[in-house]
Amino acid sequence: MSYSKNFKFISALLLAVIFLQSCGVNNTKKNYSVTKDRKPDTGDAYVSAMLGDATILNPLLSQDSSSGQINSYIFNGLLKYNKDLTIVGDLANSWNISKSGKEIIFNLRKNVFWHDGKPFTANDVKFTYEKLIDPTVKTPYSADYTLVKKFTVIGPYTIKIQYSKTFAGALESWMMGIIPKHIFENTDINTNPANRAPIGTGPYIFQNWKTDEKITLKANDKYYDGRPYISKYYFRVIPDQSVQFLELRQNNIDEMSLSPDQWNSYPEFFTNYNKFNYPSFSYVYLGFNLTREPFNNKTIRKALAYAINKKEIIDGVLLGMGTPATGPFVPQHWAFNIKVKDYPYDPSYSLKLLKSSGYTLNPSDGYLWKNNKRFEFGIITNQGNKVRELSAQIIQAQLKKIGVKVNIRIVEWSSFISQFINKKDFDTVLLGWSLSRDPDQFVIWNSKMTGENQYNFVSYNNPEVDKLLNEGRETFNITQRKIIYNKIHEILANDLPYIFLYYPQAMPVIHKRFIGPEVAAAGLGWNSNFWWSPKENQKYKLSWDN
Amino acid sequence: MKNKLALLGAICIAILILLGAFAPLIAPKRPDEQNIIERIKAPSSKHILGTDDLGRDVLSRMLYSARISLSVGIVAVLIAIILGTLIGMLSGYFGGVTDTILMRFVDVMLCFPTFFLLLMVLAFLEPSILNIIIVIGLTAWPGLARIVRAEVLSIKQRDFISASKLLATSKTRIFLMHILPNIIGPILVAATLGVGDAILAESGLSFLGLGVQPPDASWGQILSAGKEYIHIAWWLSVFPGVAILITVLSFNLLGEGIREKLNPKK
Amino acid sequence: MFSYILKRLLQMVPILIGITIITFAAMHFAPGNPASLATDMNLKASSQTHERLIKLYGLDKPWDKQYFSWLKRVAKLDFGDSFKDGRPAIKKILERLPASILLNFLSLFLIFAIAIPIGVISAIKRNTLTDKALTFFVFIGYAMPAFWFALLLMLLFGLKLGWLPISGLHSINYSDLSFIDKVLDVSKHLILPVCASALTGMASLARYTRTSMIEALSQNFIKTAYAKGLSENKIIFRHALRNALLPIITIAGLSLPALIGGGFIFETIFAYPGMGRLGFDAIMARDYPVIMATATIAAFLTLIGNLLADISYFIADPRIRHGKK
Repeated sequence: MSYSKNFKFISALLLAVIFLQSCGVNNTKKNYSVTKDRKPDTGDAYVSAMLGDATILNPLLSQDSSSGQINSYIFNGLLKYNKDLTIVGDLANSWNISKSGKEIIFNLRKNVFWHDGKPFTANDVKFTYEKLIDPTVKTPYSADYTLVKKFTVIGPYTIKIQYSKTFAGALESWMMGIIPKHIFENTDINTNPANRAPIGTGPYIFQNWKTDEKITLKANDKYYDGRPYISKYYFRVIPDQSVQFLELRQNNIDEMSLSPDQWNSYPEFFTNYNKFNYPSFSYVYLGFNLTREPFNNKTIRKALAYAINKKEIIDGVLLGMGTPATGPFVPQHWAFNIKVKDYPYDPSYSLKLLKSSGYTLNPSDGYLWKNNKRFEFGIITNQGNKVRELSAQIIQAQLKKIGVKVNIRIVEWSSFISQFINKKDFDTVLLGWSLSRDPDQFVIWNSKMTGENQYNFVSYNNPEVDKLLNEGRETFNITQRKIIYNKIHEILANDLPYIFLYYPQAMPVIHKRFIGPEVAAAGLGWNSNFWWSPKENQKYKLSWDN
Repeated sequence: MKNKLALLGAICIAILILLGAFAPLIAPKRPDEQNIIERIKAPSSKHILGTDDLGRDVLSRMLYSARISLSVGIVAVLIAIILGTLIGMLSGYFGGVTDTILMRFVDVMLCFPTFFLLLMVLAFLEPSILNIIIVIGLTAWPGLARIVRAEVLSIKQRDFISASKLLATSKTRIFLMHILPNIIGPILVAATLGVGDAILAESGLSFLGLGVQPPDASWGQILSAGKEYIHIAWWLSVFPGVAILITVLSFNLLGEGIREKLNPKK
Repeated sequence: MFSYILKRLLQMVPILIGITIITFAAMHFAPGNPASLATDMNLKASSQTHERLIKLYGLDKPWDKQYFSWLKRVAKLDFGDSFKDGRPAIKKILERLPASILLNFLSLFLIFAIAIPIGVISAIKRNTLTDKALTFFVFIGYAMPAFWFALLLMLLFGLKLGWLPISGLHSINYSDLSFIDKVLDVSKHLILPVCASALTGMASLARYTRTSMIEALSQNFIKTAYAKGLSENKIIFRHALRNALLPIITIAGLSLPALIGGGFIFETIFAYPGMGRLGFDAIMARDYPVIMATATIAAFLTLIGNLLADISYFIADPRIRHGKK
């Protein structure tokens, strides 16, 4: 019968094809180097992948990282960080902080235009500020801007901002993207269609948004700092990380943040990519619910700190690409106190501390008991973060060795927040903080920040730290602030509201044809406007390019 | 003949159940025993199926997860059978308003994409093993109810029921003696196919992050975790995938075999 | 016939209402609300902001009021605005509906194209090696975890052989292509998802066809046809197959929910911009309006599918048309 013959033929063909497989991916060695004095070429496109689609391309409203990343190409703030993490002007040419520290005057650039050709002026900044404190605007970022006492437009390119108290975080707060008044005024900013087709002042102009597929940007010829060399940016939505890696291997995307295991994969995968490895601006920690027994007892917390082998976690989960953490600041930050020592891994000392607190080993189950209760507690962490899941499992195994039983619970993010964090219904939590460059951590450590939806969910209360936090906010003097934050670092390391676990490394890869990526204190993307692709290596030769 | 395949399926299932039941005795290591130095090692004499990303022995984990995967499948189907049979019978036997109301409800349930319901419930509650079992069972019973009802209706028509009614036999007797034996067949078929579906559903849930949670493991969980390492650890993807494949296949072949036996045709 | 259709349409109404009640209830007793999501873990937000957002989203009204006001709007296809980005939920769904319909339609087509011949051959060659081999082939596709199969296809055809794109629906330079090239581009991107979806979903149709065909072949009129000396092909295709196809049509309509359901996995792994992913993202984000809209529309499409199946059965089967049911 013809059908079964066809069937056999097709299966034979399939088998033949599988055996005759040629390497479908072009990984032939190519020379990507250029001579030193070569002038950059324009052209080509950069393809980036994101796990989820952007939601709103409006810096005042969006909260997801996809939107945030794209917004950073389209909009500018008054200020920005440069390569060495110094604050420099973006839309502001210069600024002046009064002696009292309560007044800042910004002088804005005069040669900046919105993507639709209209000129950028101080009125746009005032408008942005007014929207940030407007209760009908669905922005989660209002807190910093409600501290402003008065906002005055002095001239078309000069503004004066007055605060009731000196606010050290003010400068960083003015890195917020500025939105165009002429587009948003007299409309409902929450539903304005410009949130899907943004107009900004930035190096790239929004071109196209194919929902759930990709977003396209093109270079801004009239950008105040010069047209970026790369002509187009594509942001593709690829929701699965393993699929992203497959696309990377087929050279279909130009950059990706890798997991430690991917980073360590066969070198052949990366013949066309440059690998980068640098400390990220974040740390991972195990937080204690300080209102619960036995975590209200510092000795117990110390004992657990000695029982956790951070090196094993870093080696096992990060494959060595991380450093043990000692406090709430990252080592590359000026607030970091290098004198604070980490707790060494000393399980026998840990056991001694626990025994001196009244715990005895029960030979029948191998665990520590006290007052007829087993030393048992839970760690909760959020779903979707492989590194944290594995870290929790390693801690569980390590604590088992000294007789402490740990139960792990991995919870979906919004339940995690609403049911456990907000209700403070947890023993310990394994989480991370992504830090802003300004070292103020008032919202995390201040004893009053323990309300629902606030960030001191471990209920830490130390009046000395409260005082220091306030002092740190109210001066711009870096030397003074350094002393203050060093002290905070020291106290927190001693009090152990968290066991600070590690600082992970960031591990991106970028396609070799792009000249320019360079790791600095600010990370990798600080000069992305100046990356370029030599004409002979350009992959996307598109007709629209000029 | 056809029955050989069904027999093969039944044997495989029996072996899997035994492996799961005796996991503590057979497994070379404890499933949660980590050994960071030995992480991601290929199958060898020390670890027959290799190790995972925390250095745990894959064979041991697979044996223990057989328990979980199979229990999820079997218990979920049991829930579906109990609910489905109950409602299908009430509906079919009593007819009238009861039937209309119950069947409308079944129709509504059947309109929803099952997976969507699973996702919703597990995302809003927590994806514990119990919740997964319950919610899979709760989405599977409507289909079964329909089948049971259809069978009951067709049996009702048959003469011997009317005869029994004439003889004023008690309703319970009619049920036990006549209806029940006849619906066991189709229920059994639906059940075996249902176990396979439940196991596949759990693996789909694991892929989306809402399946069995670590450090517990089901095959779906190991498979889903393994896809991160496809390039450097093929064994984390192949073995659990094949295990699921064989299990579901066995249940399907068994179900098909039972179905053939019920409907012999020359 | 009109009265039949009308009757069926009326029967759909209580089902639709039941659908909306269930989705609404399911969401309402669920933990987590969107205002929390807006402000959680965001160092720049505050709890006053949180209160503002609750009022803004109307989450403080009693739930039965919420349901009825929503129901009134649904009748006008107004499902409210997405909590994520403020756009009308219905608009977000309509954006992705064509892509989902395309994928499901092509899958269904492929399923028919493969499953029916397989079923027919299995029936004709009943209990031979061919039958067993085809059964095996069909069941293996079904027994594989969907995402695993998808990954294997990607690895083989995308990476190792480089024949097909790995994910997405369009190439980067799509807008520059000529019309023909555009069609080819989309087709290339569709091959893997459609094949994955079809190969894992055709088992029930193949088996059903087989059973149905066996039943048809054993009917008396077939034996009569043989006796009359009609050619084998004519018997199989003209007579048996036609009769066997009738119940198959109903099954086709019932396969729709399964395809829509499987969409979540395939759409996520193939980065396909369809309704399944929209629904999943909405669930994870507690985007109530979009969740309700997706559930209602998916259920509605299923109802339509069933209705169409019923109607075609009605048309095709003269026995029913003439009142013998």
